Amino acid sequence: MVATKEKQFRVIGTRPIRHDGADKVTGRAQYGTDFRMTGMLFGRVKRSPHAHAIIKRIDASRALALHGVKAVITAADLPPPTVGGGGPGPGGGGGPQGARFQMENFMASKKALYIGHPVAAVCATDAHVAEDALALIDVEYEVLTPVLDVREAMAEGAPILHEDLRTRDASPLASEPPADKPTNVASHTQYKLGDIEKGFAEAEVILEREFTTSMFHQGYLEPTNGAAEWSKDGHLTLWNSSQGPHNFRTQLAQMFRIPLSKVTVVPMEIGGGFGGKLFMHVEPLAAVLAQKTGKAVKMIVTREEVFESGPTSGTYVRVKYGAKKDGTITAGQAYMAYEAGAFPGSPLSGGMNGVFGSYKIPNILIDGYDVVVNKPKSAAYRAPGTPAGTFAGESLLNEMAQRLDIDPMELRIKNAAKDGDDRPWGGKWGVIGNLQVMEAMKNHPHYTSELQGENRGRGVSMGYWSNAGGETSASASVNGDGTVQLVLGAVDVAGTRASTAMQLAETIGIAAEDIWPKVVDTDSVGFTLLTGGSRTTFASGWAAYELGMEIRKRMVERAARIWECDAAAVTYGDDGIIRGPNDSEGKERKLSFKEIAAQLGRTGGSIEVGANVNKQTVGPSFGGHIVDVEVDKDTGKVQILRYTAFQDAGRAIHPGYVESQIQGGAVQGIGMALTEDYYWGADGRMQNASFLDYRMPTALDVPMIDTVIIEVPNPGHPYGVRGVAEVCIVPPLAALQTAVAEATGIHFTQVPMSPRVILEALLKDGD
Amino acid sequence: MSDRIIIQATINGEEMEFLADERDSLLEALRERIGLTGTKECCNNGNCGACAVILDGRLVNSCCVMAAEVEGSQITTVEGLAQDGLTPLQQSFLEEAALQCGICTPGFLVSSTALLEKNPNPTEHEIRFWLSGNLCRCTGYDKIVRAVQSASQKMRGQ
Repeated sequence: MVATKEKQFRVIGTRPIRHDGADKVTGRAQYGTDFRMTGMLFGRVKRSPHAHAIIKRIDASRALALHGVKAVITAADLPPPTVGGGGPGPGGGGGPQGARFQMENFMASKKALYIGHPVAAVCATDAHVAEDALALIDVEYEVLTPVLDVREAMAEGAPILHEDLRTRDASPLASEPPADKPTNVASHTQYKLGDIEKGFAEAEVILEREFTTSMFHQGYLEPTNGAAEWSKDGHLTLWNSSQGPHNFRTQLAQMFRIPLSKVTVVPMEIGGGFGGKLFMHVEPLAAVLAQKTGKAVKMIVTREEVFESGPTSGTYVRVKYGAKKDGTITAGQAYMAYEAGAFPGSPLSGGMNGVFGSYKIPNILIDGYDVVVNKPKSAAYRAPGTPAGTFAGESLLNEMAQRLDIDPMELRIKNAAKDGDDRPWGGKWGVIGNLQVMEAMKNHPHYTSELQGENRGRGVSMGYWSNAGGETSASASVNGDGTVQLVLGAVDVAGTRASTAMQLAETIGIAAEDIWPKVVDTDSVGFTLLTGGSRTTFASGWAAYELGMEIRKRMVERAARIWECDAAAVTYGDDGIIRGPNDSEGKERKLSFKEIAAQLGRTGGSIEVGANVNKQTVGPSFGGHIVDVEVDKDTGKVQILRYTAFQDAGRAIHPGYVESQIQGGAVQGIGMALTEDYYWGADGRMQNASFLDYRMPTALDVPMIDTVIIEVPNPGHPYGVRGVAEVCIVPPLAALQTAVAEATGIHFTQVPMSPRVILEALLKDGD
Repeated sequence: MSDRIIIQATINGEEMEFLADERDSLLEALRERIGLTGTKECCNNGNCGACAVILDGRLVNSCCVMAAEVEGSQITTVEGLAQDGLTPLQQSFLEEAALQCGICTPGFLVSSTALLEKNPNPTEHEIRFWLSGNLCRCTGYDKIVRAVQSASQKMRGQ
């Protein structure tokens, strides 16, 4: 259901069948893992079995003697790291050593820093042979003590991962130089608003709790992959599925010290990413193996290896709220420590922005710490870092509502951040739909209904995500029959071919089906940033609008030529009809888009237009969820009875795919809240690296997810678009925490609240 | 190098003979030896259902079947579902926006096809139970379940 709609559109808001749909339901679509080439070799990665160990010696002679093995590489075969901070890859938050850390994560040179850390790679004529060869690469280690928990890693005397790491001040107004002392704390960031001591002095009720979250994996179904080949004159081509072909091109060109024009990245269809495919994994190793053998080398990692690479951070968060008895929040304080994995760069800022994201609180102090531990380097995962922070903040706010005996939605509405209010990290809010989402929740039949029955509970939570903009390129050409080819730089992870084509169709007044959108390689379109941050429908939509406006101008010029009149006298209607001055007999002159297209050849040749946009006029998104649960007190299992998700989409271009984003995000958040977990052995090995044991929700675990789309248009976009993909993963954790608290009387402070966790607490509670 | 074997089977209605490594799973044989890459490899241990195919009338995860076992068998993959145009299930998946990235879609379509053959009018719970061997990480399942319900209605002429 769409709650508000003030302007009538022809295409926007409809539900056309996606252009790439038929290929995806018939098996024709080619994903990264499907790529093949004659004579291609198959590569595999040899990984460290130790969480912290010095690599003493690597001997590949037995592997190289195996029939079919073509090459083995170690870190010594990789190009030396470039100087300076890394790009968006691991180490992107890592300060001056970023580029080196990034290379070290691709392959360890001196020390292995987590179980699964690549130490060598092999390629062979057959995938089975490559697998056999792994056991024949002999690696000698000196095993060191690992540190696996964020608080232990911060403690005095903890094992140090990187001798040269120093704590950087990453605050918005950083001033202090780092202390010259080896540490696992890569950075400290502080947000300050008002006077925190005054805020707590004014409070009549103060609540404080500690919360922890497990590591979670994005769980994209298609494993990470890459196939690389070098031409004899030094041109590198990479075929793979990623969220950022142009960024990968940049990184590969820097790594191999070749011009950008000598690298082509071909985006194959991508089988899920959720942030995990923003970064390179095996791609550089495939490129080095290809360089060494002179052949194309394809690498696909196993599911176990996927779990051992690029999850999101485990966290420790302490939140303190102060409020007056009338529900006015006077102070909010948070201490947030995020595991970065083995190299700096956790998604800390997402947590710091989200912990009090929906509220106007006069006095705020947030301290965030980015901490290295002997676990896989963390990567982005949908609203990176935010679910953990918001889990803490919103769970405690619900407890505050209970303590104050105020309705949790009333408490939120009373303290809601509105247009023009200060943000904790600086600046002010623009036009936001925060309050509209809260009001919609409060008035919804789900919220006003009474929840009856034993062992049942209801919870609510808000969520905030910034969304992103930035560089995007696209081009379009008008065909002689009035159809349009749309060439896109941004990878389509979930239907953005359709949502972008629809915005072009709206602009020029033709049907979405008359546009054929295509995602192309890096040779064929201008630089385009990552598909991430919920930026694609916003940024590619802007590009589509600019393409459309240019096409309108060119079509008007052609009409003027046909009618031999001044272009200023020709108008382009939103219905795609071009009208000119009356003819000599006084009759109106008009031509349809198709009619003019048929005369392109006679009026100057074909029309092809390009757009390169770099828009920062992003509209933040707010969402809120309501959930009803029943807890089985014999097993600890939480059954979700009803779920409703509300979200400000700005404008829902294709409501079907907006709903699907909200539903998918909610279910990923439900997984975090209830079942998904990394079980770590004391040795730093993940004990459950399979889809059987890392329990992502199945169809049987969840009910229908009802959605309510609210439209508070983003004034910074021609059609009002805000990103929709990320905020929806934020609210489920606290909403479920509170629902379970109401059902059991126990305030859980960790996720997942798996059956084991709940049952143990119930037994301890003497129930 | 392990030995190669010759396998005869009927795949999507076509009798064929192909060479496979004796260690190949049916999934590897389909993808790497025959080039039918519509069947996806996402976990390779039977937990995600992306490689579902119908083998002699039974729904199986092809990663858990050895290629050598399918001698003389009838196999239907996602490529074999559509005959004249899309099937009602495929059409419903598109109309209901039941896919985002699409990598799990072949498995869901094959599994749902097997379900509707066995049970033309399943309840929501029966659909969810049957499809619980197929993981989807994008959609939260809501629209997939609706697409199966919609196809079931269409196929029963409602």
